[in-house]
Amino acid sequence: MSQYLIRNAAILGGDVRDILIRDGEIAEIGIGIEAPAAEVIDASGLVALPGLVDLHTHLREPGREDNETVQSGTRAAARGGYTAVHAMANTTPVADTAGVVEQVWHLGREFGHCDVHPVGAVTEGLAGKKLAELGAMAESAANVRVFSDDGHCVDDAVIMRRALEYVKAFDGVVAQHAQEPRLTEGAQMNEGEVSDRLGLRGWPAVAEESIIARDCLLAAHVGSRLHVCHVSTAGSVEIVRWAKSKGWNVTAEVTPHHLFLTDACCEHSPLGRSYDPIYKVNPPLRTQADVDALRAGLADGTIDCVATDHAPHAVEDKETEWADAAMGMIGLETALSVVQAAMVDTGLLDWAGLADRMSVKPAEIGRLGGHGRPLESGSPANITLYDPAYRAQVDATTFASKSRNTPYAGLELPGRVVATFLRGRPTVLEGKLV
Amino acid sequence: MKRHLISAKDLTRDDALLVLDTAEELARVSGRSVKKLPTLRGLTVVNLFFEDSTRTRISFEAAAKRLSADVINFSAKGSSVSKGESLKDTALTLEAMGADAVVIRHGASGAPYRLADWINGNVINAGDGTHEHPTQALLDAYTMRRHLGSLDGRKITIVGDVLHSRVARSNVLLLSTLGAEVTLVAPPTLLPVSVGTWPCKVSYDLDSVLAKSDAVMMLRVQRERMNAAYFPTVREYSRRYGLSAERYSHLPEHAIVMHPGPMNRGVEIAAEVADSARSTIVEQVGNGVSVRMAVLYLLLGGAQPAIGADK
Repeated sequence: MSQYLIRNAAILGGDVRDILIRDGEIAEIGIGIEAPAAEVIDASGLVALPGLVDLHTHLREPGREDNETVQSGTRAAARGGYTAVHAMANTTPVADTAGVVEQVWHLGREFGHCDVHPVGAVTEGLAGKKLAELGAMAESAANVRVFSDDGHCVDDAVIMRRALEYVKAFDGVVAQHAQEPRLTEGAQMNEGEVSDRLGLRGWPAVAEESIIARDCLLAAHVGSRLHVCHVSTAGSVEIVRWAKSKGWNVTAEVTPHHLFLTDACCEHSPLGRSYDPIYKVNPPLRTQADVDALRAGLADGTIDCVATDHAPHAVEDKETEWADAAMGMIGLETALSVVQAAMVDTGLLDWAGLADRMSVKPAEIGRLGGHGRPLESGSPANITLYDPAYRAQVDATTFASKSRNTPYAGLELPGRVVATFLRGRPTVLEGKLV
Repeated sequence: MKRHLISAKDLTRDDALLVLDTAEELARVSGRSVKKLPTLRGLTVVNLFFEDSTRTRISFEAAAKRLSADVINFSAKGSSVSKGESLKDTALTLEAMGADAVVIRHGASGAPYRLADWINGNVINAGDGTHEHPTQALLDAYTMRRHLGSLDGRKITIVGDVLHSRVARSNVLLLSTLGAEVTLVAPPTLLPVSVGTWPCKVSYDLDSVLAKSDAVMMLRVQRERMNAAYFPTVREYSRRYGLSAERYSHLPEHAIVMHPGPMNRGVEIAAEVADSARSTIVEQVGNGVSVRMAVLYLLLGGAQPAIGADK
């Protein structure tokens, strides 16, 4: 197998070292390593991070291969520095049986530019009525540990309680899309001053917070692991902080866009447009006060990790009236840059902190033993080399994703993924897919 | 003025006064035997209506025709839109047909902004979802000015379902621009959550503000709101927020009663109040044509005096 010698990489932004990759592992880390058989990569000025792990990716296959496939989505992931993604269950058919999760897992093995770990649906058809075969998915080849009806909230308290209890048998976690359905009927964007001005029905913060509070209490009651998807409000951060202070087994994620954009973009986008559905996401973009609280929560560890909620959509699903537009934006290829801008360049996180939130913690929550490991000899060689000094306008036409629904196109963001290694095999070199 | 009229906030105070003054001039045309000016001859105005609204569509059509524009009425019902053609495709079609202005009525808030991103012609918002209806606000202001004179310091009360009302939203913006003091009156469930940041006062008690009002505008209450628990019953709503004859008697002598229509007689407004001498409801409809003529003229014709070409 090929050997690679990465020269002069700043490990987690700190010590500059050489990294020797051999047989899919990090063979050695040191200064002045000699390895005549190895291909040398000059990483001067680059930061070395453990390969990123995404807990929340929509790959759309099976069912909407026009928007994304396992192959295109994992290529996008690799370009973004990811070595593992969790593929959400809201496909067509829904990933609510061992058969579907194994199909996605096989596609990942066959075509993946990173590891693909299917998320199983909590309930059949995401309908919230009847538990899916959680055990069969856990015991399948896909070895599912994360279960979510993402896109839908498991709003029935009894079903949620049972799911939390049941997944304890195989150390699973229920990842909840917290959205009280009655409070968000017809909701179009964050409820507040901007929604009032735009005349778009509001999605109130309390609709998220009330479900998170309930679920934390349920998880504590039954002694289970709860993971809260895409936390978006200051109140949600407070509730998670409170649950953690109680010692309950609650984790949470935040998306890059909720760390960076606000609902003001819906009224006056940086590109000068109003009602541009590129900003229509679920949960919606919130206020600056929420963004500040999310950043603080991620910095102090209340929010465990960053998850992209990469949601590819066809052009025609976004180039329409706001009310008719699909919700969601892509994020795999911009996540690291956005988090750098929101967290590192603002001094809220150092690179070790970023590695913790974008690799170590999501791997722990998803129980992925081979990812999120420290960069040390003996670890699987899942490595991202990143140039934080790079500056350029985002060019969405170069994206590996099949979709282009990014709000960052044309905007300047920092950083660039120079190389990604998956178990010693480069998936990206010199910024290009291998 | 800006190139489009999508929101009442597109209008500065000078812009708004120019529209109202121009409408006064153009209103004289309606009194002539030949109600037509050559001002917009050769230009094409498309009425693009995705929602039924006979009153507004006819008003815009009459306004455009009195200025000699060619008018194309496009109703989404039974069109390619109902077969799934997108707003963008429709916009590109209109563009290809050389529409100089598009008057759009749409059930989705913000649809006129999207349209303006895709076409070169002027876009005029004839009501979008629960967002705005700026020409309605202009015709309301025009009506008030005719009865009350300058709107500076005038006390205007808007009553009812503010939350879902594009009319209220545009009126608050425009009337505050024109110096009026607006008070919104509604049950708390029918007020926007951030109404405290709007340039107006808010009250839950209609009786406490009526006696100080120069104009009272009643908003239509849709009965489906009841199912969504915005208020307990129509009867209770009518008792607390309806303009009854008894309440009407507490209005100042000079005050006028307005309604953008269509009315629920006996719900938000008693029949005898709607038909009273101080009701401007029918007059508002007529004024709508003059105001829309002014808007079309100023956006499309612009350079010459409004009715100079007729001389």
